[in-house]
Amino acid sequence: MDLKSGINTLFTDPDPDNAREFFRHKSRAMKSKLTTVQEAVRTMIKDGDYVAIGGFGANRIPTAILHEMVRQKKKNLGFAGHTSTHDFQILVGGECIDRCDVAYIIGLEARGLSASARRYVESGKLKLTEWTNGTLSWRLKAAAMGLSFLPARNIMGTDTFKYSAGKEIECPYTGKKFAAHPALYPDFAAIHVHECDVYGNARVYGASVSDQDLAKAAKRVVLTTERIISTDKIRQNPECTFIPFWCVDAVIEVPYGSYPGNMPYEYFSDEAHIKEWLTVEKDPDEFRKFLDKQIYGTKDFYEYLELNGGIGKMMKLRSIELLTDRQ
Amino acid sequence: MADYNAMELMICVAARNLEDGATVVVGTGAPCAAAMLSQKTHSPNLTIMFEAGGVAPILPSMPISVGDSRTFHKAIMASSMPEIMETCQRGMVDYTFLGGAQIDMYGNINSTMIGKDHQKPKVRFPGSGGANDLASLCWRTMMMTVQDAKRFTDKPDFITSPGYLQGGNSRYEAGLPLGTGPYRIITNMAIMGFDAETKWMTVLSINPGYSRKDVQDNCGFELKWAQKITDTDPPHAEELRILREVVDPHRYIIGR
Repeated sequence: MDLKSGINTLFTDPDPDNAREFFRHKSRAMKSKLTTVQEAVRTMIKDGDYVAIGGFGANRIPTAILHEMVRQKKKNLGFAGHTSTHDFQILVGGECIDRCDVAYIIGLEARGLSASARRYVESGKLKLTEWTNGTLSWRLKAAAMGLSFLPARNIMGTDTFKYSAGKEIECPYTGKKFAAHPALYPDFAAIHVHECDVYGNARVYGASVSDQDLAKAAKRVVLTTERIISTDKIRQNPECTFIPFWCVDAVIEVPYGSYPGNMPYEYFSDEAHIKEWLTVEKDPDEFRKFLDKQIYGTKDFYEYLELNGGIGKMMKLRSIELLTDRQ
Repeated sequence: MADYNAMELMICVAARNLEDGATVVVGTGAPCAAAMLSQKTHSPNLTIMFEAGGVAPILPSMPISVGDSRTFHKAIMASSMPEIMETCQRGMVDYTFLGGAQIDMYGNINSTMIGKDHQKPKVRFPGSGGANDLASLCWRTMMMTVQDAKRFTDKPDFITSPGYLQGGNSRYEAGLPLGTGPYRIITNMAIMGFDAETKWMTVLSINPGYSRKDVQDNCGFELKWAQKITDTDPPHAEELRILREVVDPHRYIIGR
């Protein structure tokens, strides 16, 4: 059987014993993990790390962490470009990334393309390895399972496979050809959740994308949360726990933390502000000034929120999300 | 003059191809509009899925993102990306729709880049996202697109999502699931399928106002022709009413 391999670089180590050695020493203590955004970004991410972001582009994203990565000028990061839109746009604005597993990065879906992200990719500054959304989901799932790969039946026969770092294998049972997707163990992941306790036992409502696997696959995990809830509440409905404490290293309460993205059942995306990003990005100088004002010139996420309408804006976005603006 | 535009025609034709009781994974835009129209005309039990995890929502409006909260509004399930992709891989999803900058005679689609150097593309597009997965794993892939000779090319710069690859049996031989592949290409000028043996793009019907010559002149490769070429049934008044008043009242898609 003619078994092919992709020609590009595999940015992360898929070896499950190396991952186990790391997880062997990861704390299992059920202790408070409360911290601040500044402290989490300072201590949990170092230049050169490989990072992955939860949610889906501009839905349930940890904006405060993303902004702080830009503010602290994190550099040479690897990035899992899995269902990525506004998150990639922010990190490219800060020129934080130098290599990327790409499934979806420069588009913002129905809103159009990010001119800045597109310039960055077309400049050749970013080292790219192609994958797909499904593939990156399964790469995270393989890591969550403690494996080195997961077989699947997509991407074969295409240039997407050719420019990946994937390999084909022969199924030992059926003799069929499968793609063997290498496990992806990120160094760092940030996930925004609806509710969690101080230990990191977390609940997520709505479409969960790949976040359950991401929380298990990543070596260091920070949660930002709309609300801190009591552990008693977690214990009343243990079937609602989406991420357990032992996956989590840090917890920060950040209400409205997905702004300007959508947070299901809480607030809708701020389409006018996202449009402002997409418009201003067309001119690199204007974009630089915009970032100075919005991110470098604000001390934290709350100043950014105030700058863009504060609680009044959030109440409007809440009424759109709850469809009460139609009554 | 026809009292509908090309986008309305493509959406109406696409909607008729989704039968009651089927499953379809859609993105934002025209595919979502086609699925909604289908539900509100002849397929009330069409199950619409979104790749971020939403299953069978009652859509209060057109989603902006395939992961936004509208995609699981009053839904049957708010699941996950692997759940949706694994449902496709298990053979439970009948249809999907793709878009792209280039398509070839075997229905292979480019939505990644223009140029020769992958690391430094002349033009970079959004990329696969979930397109390759859906094209690989759903039973039937459809595309709605405006037709011109640059877009319909025998040499796409990059194959993002698989059609019938090099034709014949090559798709299955490459490892993709048996019996899957492109089904209908719906353009402003014509409706195409694929030859059962060679898997070459084959014209089935021509839209009102266009000729055989228009269809061939606006295609960068030689098209095959079905034995009997019919006239595409244009949008019906009731389809247009529902599309304009219920599915897309703000003309986000049909106004393009």
